Amino acid sequence: MTATPATGVQGEDRDDLTREESKALRRRSVRLLGSLLAPLKGRFVATLVVVVVSTALQVAGPALIAVGIDTGIPALVAGDWGPLAWAGGGFVVAGIAGALLIGRYQIMQAKISQAILFELRRRVFRKTQRLSLEFHESYTSGRIISRQTSDLDSIRELLDSGLGNLVTGVLYVLFTGIALVALDPPSGLVLAVALIPLWFLTRWFQTRSQRLFRQTRTTSAKLIVRFVETMTGIRAVQAFRKEGRNDEVFQGLVEDNRVANAKVFRLFGTFDPGLVLIGNVTVAAVLLVGGFRVADGGLAIGVLLAVVLYVRRFFDPLEDLAMFYNGYQSAAAALEKISGVLEERPTVSDPDHPVPLPDPRGRLRFDAVRFGYGDGPVILPEFSLDVPAGETIALVGSTGAGKSTLAKLISRFYDPSAGAITLDGVDLREAAPRDLRSAVVMVTQEAYLFSGTVADNIALGKPSASREEIVAAARAVGAHDFIEALPDGYDTDVNKRGGRVSAGQRQLLSFARAFIADPAVLILDEATASLDIPSERAVQTALQTLLAERTAIIIAHRLSTVAIADRVLVMEHGRIVEDGSPAELIAGTGRFASLHAAWRDSLA
Amino acid sequence: MSAVTRLSTLAALWRLVRFARPALPRLIGGMVAGLVAGLVALAIPQVLEVLVDSAVGADARDAIVPATLAILGLGLLEAGAILVRRWLVLTPNTRVEAAMRSALYERLQRLPVSFHDRWASGQLLSRAVSDLSLIRRWLAFGLVLLVVNGVTVLVGAVLLIGIQPVLGIVFIVGALPIWIIAARFERTYSVAARRSQDQAGDLATAVEESVHGIRVLKAFGRGGYVQEKFERQAEQLRGTELEKARAAAVLWRWLTLIPDTVLALCLIVGVIIAAQGGLTAGALVAFFATATVLRFPLDSIGFLLAFTLDARNATDRFFEVIDTPVDIEDPRDPLAIEAPRGRLEFRGVHFRYADAKDDAKDLIDGVDLVVEPGETMALVGITGSGKSTITALVPRLYDVTGGEILLDGVDIRRLRLSELRRHVAMAFEDSTLFSDSVRDNVLLGAEDRSDAALKQALEVAQADFVDDLPNGVDTVIGEEGLSLSGGQRQRLALARAVAAAPRVLVLDDPLSALDVDTEARVEAGLRRVLADTTALIVAHRPSTVALADRVALLDEGRVAAVGTHSELLATSERYRFVISSLDDEPHLGEGCGLDIDDEVRRASRDEERGAETLGIPLGEGGRS
Repeated sequence: MTATPATGVQGEDRDDLTREESKALRRRSVRLLGSLLAPLKGRFVATLVVVVVSTALQVAGPALIAVGIDTGIPALVAGDWGPLAWAGGGFVVAGIAGALLIGRYQIMQAKISQAILFELRRRVFRKTQRLSLEFHESYTSGRIISRQTSDLDSIRELLDSGLGNLVTGVLYVLFTGIALVALDPPSGLVLAVALIPLWFLTRWFQTRSQRLFRQTRTTSAKLIVRFVETMTGIRAVQAFRKEGRNDEVFQGLVEDNRVANAKVFRLFGTFDPGLVLIGNVTVAAVLLVGGFRVADGGLAIGVLLAVVLYVRRFFDPLEDLAMFYNGYQSAAAALEKISGVLEERPTVSDPDHPVPLPDPRGRLRFDAVRFGYGDGPVILPEFSLDVPAGETIALVGSTGAGKSTLAKLISRFYDPSAGAITLDGVDLREAAPRDLRSAVVMVTQEAYLFSGTVADNIALGKPSASREEIVAAARAVGAHDFIEALPDGYDTDVNKRGGRVSAGQRQLLSFARAFIADPAVLILDEATASLDIPSERAVQTALQTLLAERTAIIIAHRLSTVAIADRVLVMEHGRIVEDGSPAELIAGTGRFASLHAAWRDSLA
Repeated sequence: MSAVTRLSTLAALWRLVRFARPALPRLIGGMVAGLVAGLVALAIPQVLEVLVDSAVGADARDAIVPATLAILGLGLLEAGAILVRRWLVLTPNTRVEAAMRSALYERLQRLPVSFHDRWASGQLLSRAVSDLSLIRRWLAFGLVLLVVNGVTVLVGAVLLIGIQPVLGIVFIVGALPIWIIAARFERTYSVAARRSQDQAGDLATAVEESVHGIRVLKAFGRGGYVQEKFERQAEQLRGTELEKARAAAVLWRWLTLIPDTVLALCLIVGVIIAAQGGLTAGALVAFFATATVLRFPLDSIGFLLAFTLDARNATDRFFEVIDTPVDIEDPRDPLAIEAPRGRLEFRGVHFRYADAKDDAKDLIDGVDLVVEPGETMALVGITGSGKSTITALVPRLYDVTGGEILLDGVDIRRLRLSELRRHVAMAFEDSTLFSDSVRDNVLLGAEDRSDAALKQALEVAQADFVDDLPNGVDTVIGEEGLSLSGGQRQRLALARAVAAAPRVLVLDDPLSALDVDTEARVEAGLRRVLADTTALIVAHRPSTVALADRVALLDEGRVAAVGTHSELLATSERYRFVISSLDDEPHLGEGCGLDIDDEVRRASRDEERGAETLGIPLGEGGRS
């Protein structure tokens, strides 16, 4: 049953993992956890010491009450304040020290879990940025986002409350048990008997709650998806009168979720009184066993009181302990998925010995490049091309001819499977990534804006840019006027109403971003597709001056864009079928000439 | 938000009665059961006193068994009462929560689009999920325990004073600071908690953007830059979380320190009094046992008060939505169109957003336009001229702020919404599909739900790719199903509008994500449909304009010219500027982008002002 191996993120969607594979996944999670904890070892030990001491001090209370009653009263009657001073003073000291330490422990524990979370967040984020586009194209954005949000949340929940409760709870129960046995072994025996029904009750709770909690999670996830879908698609909902049907569906989902929740609450509604019941019966049993011995004089009254108090307290943390397993389960599943992402290796990797490109001129060479996406069909069978520095190239050809692929290879979103691409004689795979990124910039029709101001978004091309530079870049691409017309001009938040910009305006901003980056090689992949016709004309004009001393690769389906090129390449099936200046090609009899003729006719 | 008249907490929470009424009897029953449990728990130590005193007394052996049995009985009773409390309260409360959730959803679906423009779906979601579950928990536990524990503490205090007045007073006075500390904690903690929520939200946004914008970040090599920014934000969040932890640690310190110290004091005082003979051993035991029982109720009061405040805020947030008036709704005495012909008339139509600046011009600034039955009208204009806005006014997604829109001579505001929206079907530029089968998505607004109708609509929209989906037309798509490309989604959205067989078809740039070949085929199909349907089409490309009988040129929210494409080309310089481009779609067999990213499409491009790139001389166009 190994259709796909369970390495990296591939095991995520499979529920047919073999035993070995599940074990391997778990080992991977444990390794990750180990690597996160390793630098915190010292702090971890210190925290454990603090919590052990603190719990012991807190548990001392009832025993000290016993001493106070049993020896303090008779001694005081005899005029001896000593025992009372010891017991009372001890109690005060234990109480204060225990309290201070438990506070200390909480801070120490929070520091550890926050350090782990921070490191985990950092690693996942960095990995996401490092992973190649190939990964992002198959692993959807929604999934990578939920790795970094909801999965990290379940780990946070476990670290924040689950683990802390587990440690304090276990210690508390343990110490209380020890104190009880030390104080009065027969009562310890009674408690031991009580552990039997307790064990069954807890096990029953655990197995059932695991399933029920999963149900509440899945039902609420469904409800949330439907809710968000309705709210984001509200125009279509209203325009097509879907409200009534939606009400029904949503009510169904709400009801499913309600039933699942009610089952969980009912489970608690049984478990919780069950704990109280076992506790109270144990108290009665302890009293029965102890009462006779007190009557016989075999047991001091104070001890009996302490025993009763211990037995009562013994059951307090048990609910938290039973809950721990649920938090643990979802955190473990989350950790498995996160460790999968972290295990992925970028297919486009950084060079071991990066060659700097301090002053790129922009000469591009394709040398017998062969490329196909993953195991898919070959897009470029054997592609060779020489682009002198400063030349503007237009790529023309039908969908699937390999134009965008070419662009992605130049920006090193992918590496060729054979052959080499060089920039100024340096193989892209050897070039220092930072230098390569500042030398080659690609503008696509997908003009993504990040939250922040218009100015921030332009400055993404050059984080050190001054306001003057930003305005100059915006002016150059004809974006200045519309930016000025926005509510706060360059300081308008692009996500706020009124600041929201249209698809065409986004594209202008992404042009400005590219121009401020001032690259040696500029790639425009359908970068004017969303512009309205007048804006496109403006960009055309700007392009002519801006591309003057740069190498540029322009992919466009509008012939007007092609006209500003020094050289036109017509591509088909990953090969260049025509290559020449626009004038040459138009004068010829090839594909470009006939396209151009058809276009001229349409203008007439 | 609605800070006009801030209700008292009690009055604010009282509004819940509207939804909680069916659960009230059982809620009260739950309180009674909870009280029984609390009082029984307090009774146990009193029996203990009898037991201890008799154990050291003369008739020791005879008293032990009945006293133990009494304690056992009370113990069973306590467990039983807790069971009853929980079972009484749980189910009805989940019903209250469910009813509130459904009511919220129903309301939200009917609130106009302008409301949704103002509210991010995340904001609404947190109301529907976390706020409502908080309210449910408060009703089930917060409210019940506040009453039960309050009474238990009072009765316990009386009992303690009854056992030994001095001891009792020492204990109660000593324990009072807990309330103050818990209440103060809530204030510092909730400030930090809110900040941490905001910061976590920002961090999530940073994550989302870093993934959605991955191509841009990679293209510019800004991975390191966003990483630094992300780490700064994560560091801030860590700081806030530690602040929270510190506040909680302080609270825990006091919650442990105060009761333990007070008990230690009581021990000293108690032993002294007992040594003087003012207190029996049994009474001393009973005192400590009672104090132990009271520990949780005492500790909890501060939290429960804070919980009540949280529940109040959640209630406010819920009613904020529920009480928002629906300002686009059915008229009081609706008219009906007997035999709809599909004549659409805009008469002096104005529109502006409610939150537009006062000095801003109306987005739609007096539009007069008539679309005759069966006629196809193209809307042409540059970005920001108001094309998309006009289309949204027709099915009343927004209401005009001046003038009127008439359908067959009837003001559309005089029609029932359901009738209007039956006559008018829309395809949006951002094609929203729902998590349903292709069939249900396409037949969403259709009266005729037959296979033939489905097939015809799919054919018009050239959505033959449906046949290749795993389950054909029954394949589930959308968020929870198969994801489709932008072009595929757009064709299904078009099929949906066509399948509704409306009198008026409103298409907002319906072919923008299609490649040129497909576009041509879709146009051929549309032509058949448009022959007898009134249509309003936003067009960016001349090829789309070719579908129309007439064209309306929009400029700054007004109709600048109306006529056929060739008339306008001949007479309007502005029209030539806007549409007769340097290249009239010389297709190179090139896809205009089946892979166009949603982000680009999502921005409804015409609701914005600006984008005037008019600085270009008109003649400049015809290069080459």
